[in-house]
Amino acid sequence: MSSVIACELPPRAPGSGSGIDLTRYQDAGAIRRLLTSARTVAVVGLSPKELRASYFVGFYLRRNGYRVVPVNPRETEILGEKCYPSVAAIEEPVDVVNVFRAPAAVPGIVEECAGRAKAIWLQYGVIHEEAAERARALGLEVVMDRCMKVEHARHLGRLHWLGFTTRRITAKRPETP
Amino acid sequence: MNEKEVGAETREFGFATRAVHAGARPEPYTGARATPIFQTTSYVFEDPEAAAAYFNLQEYGNTYSRIMNPTVAAFEERIANLEGGVGAVAFASGLAAQAGAFFTALQPGDHVVASRALYGGTLTQIKHLERKLGFEVTFVDPDRPGNWKEAVRPETRLFFGETIGNPGGNVLDLEAVADVAHDNGVPLMVDSTFATPWLCRPLEWGADIVVHSTTKFIGGHGNSIGGVVVESGRFPWDNGKFPGIADPSPAYHGLAFQATFGEYGFLMKLRAETLRDLGACMSPFNAFLFALGVETLPLRMERHTANALEVAAFLAARPEVETVAHPGLPGSRYAPLVAKYLPRGAGAVFSFDLKGGRRAGTRFIRELNVFSHLANVGDAKSLVIHPASTTHRQLNDEELRGAGISPGTIRLSVGIEDPGDLIWDLKRGLEATAAEPADEESNEEAVACPR
Repeated sequence: MSSVIACELPPRAPGSGSGIDLTRYQDAGAIRRLLTSARTVAVVGLSPKELRASYFVGFYLRRNGYRVVPVNPRETEILGEKCYPSVAAIEEPVDVVNVFRAPAAVPGIVEECAGRAKAIWLQYGVIHEEAAERARALGLEVVMDRCMKVEHARHLGRLHWLGFTTRRITAKRPETP
Repeated sequence: MNEKEVGAETREFGFATRAVHAGARPEPYTGARATPIFQTTSYVFEDPEAAAAYFNLQEYGNTYSRIMNPTVAAFEERIANLEGGVGAVAFASGLAAQAGAFFTALQPGDHVVASRALYGGTLTQIKHLERKLGFEVTFVDPDRPGNWKEAVRPETRLFFGETIGNPGGNVLDLEAVADVAHDNGVPLMVDSTFATPWLCRPLEWGADIVVHSTTKFIGGHGNSIGGVVVESGRFPWDNGKFPGIADPSPAYHGLAFQATFGEYGFLMKLRAETLRDLGACMSPFNAFLFALGVETLPLRMERHTANALEVAAFLAARPEVETVAHPGLPGSRYAPLVAKYLPRGAGAVFSFDLKGGRRAGTRFIRELNVFSHLANVGDAKSLVIHPASTTHRQLNDEELRGAGISPGTIRLSVGIEDPGDLIWDLKRGLEATAAEPADEESNEEAVACPR
């Protein structure tokens, strides 16, 4: 069985029990700037199955204006986009590499990101501190143990429409959607 | 271009700021600063793909006000923020909120351990749901965490208590009871109506679900019925004991809520399935009033609790009064728990027993002019009631004792009026009871109110 996919979330709440100070990789201001500036997002471990979390995220990002580049060695096309076997194989510049893989796969992905992407975003439960530090040393921005869909919805989207906590406090008038 | 949000990402805003602002940003189309009342049943879709994405839960989009409404959502986020939860789902009443939480967490054959000192309406609801939905409940004296532990069975799936018991004033040892719950792989759900997030935030002490009757202090003005469920996002619903939440849902083409939505799994299930199916949604107008009420929650609770303590101390010193069950009074057996969990005050609802029993209680209530005799608590106005003949009348004598109530128990909800006026009113009532003969075994009131 190929190691394609840690699409499923781990059997625990995000961030709990890892023993790592995850807040170092979850700064709200940095996340907001990244979401605002990014245009192209490679989703590593994107599943073609509609009910998988990775598909929810890829689908959502595409609907919200990002160019989504699927990375999955077992598929040729997902979400109507050409699917690449690895980050190294992608033929265009990428802003964010969004990772839905088991933590053990992260170090290899980090090396592939060097020179190809501006940031690496590790989803809920995809926690690998050494790889995150290596990514930083390579000049990549790192977000870890956060969901890109949820964070987009929190900062730029509609998370609050479902009564979820955004922690956003502002007296400024938002742009009309 | 509008001005952008500036510098707010990293600021830890205080409670009072969040009470006023959380959930309510200016409305983008009109600039309206107060949250508009979106009195609409439904919402026009941008295009067919958007509609499909909303119904598949792939995108956050409004579909129908039974399950989501922007005014209600503003209120939900405000309460979730103040309680420290990941989110909240509002319901038409506090009892509807509780029923929604039970319905989401439990399956037929499951077992619940619950405090026996719960609000009478809650006890009645639980016993009714037990029969209708096929789960079983063991009621325990909530004051000793060991009692909770002893009641656990292999099929136990939920612990349920009140932060401050109604009307006995029991203070729950949240941390200890949450530990017992988690040792057994089940969540602790707490009705925190009497505390409000200003006095205590149970999620910070390990509770997993908080429910409120927002009808009370959260609304604060006795004008609307509502309830809300807040969840921490921390409980591992996929630990094997909750197939109703973790397993694929036939109603959403096999979608597994916990695996797909992670920390939002329980609340998504609560909204997209339970609220959809039970239909007991909060109205946008009520949500507007509740969100408005929350803006002054810290100010009101400070006054409520200060007034209540002053009134309790007055009553405790009166010869007509047998006992005063305010957990904040010096010498209360709950003093250590109040110091730990309720440092800002032990609430504004408490009961006391008149020496004269049932007859004295009736006379007392008749004599009051500022306190309103009615079946509610948590109004800006001071309220009074006789539980044995009203809120708790469905309970038999044993259950009544279990809930800490005697025939002469009077429950007060102390408002935000001038405390001197409240004491003036109560003093007149107490003096009138001195003229009443004591209860006999078979007095008229007892026959009229056998339960």
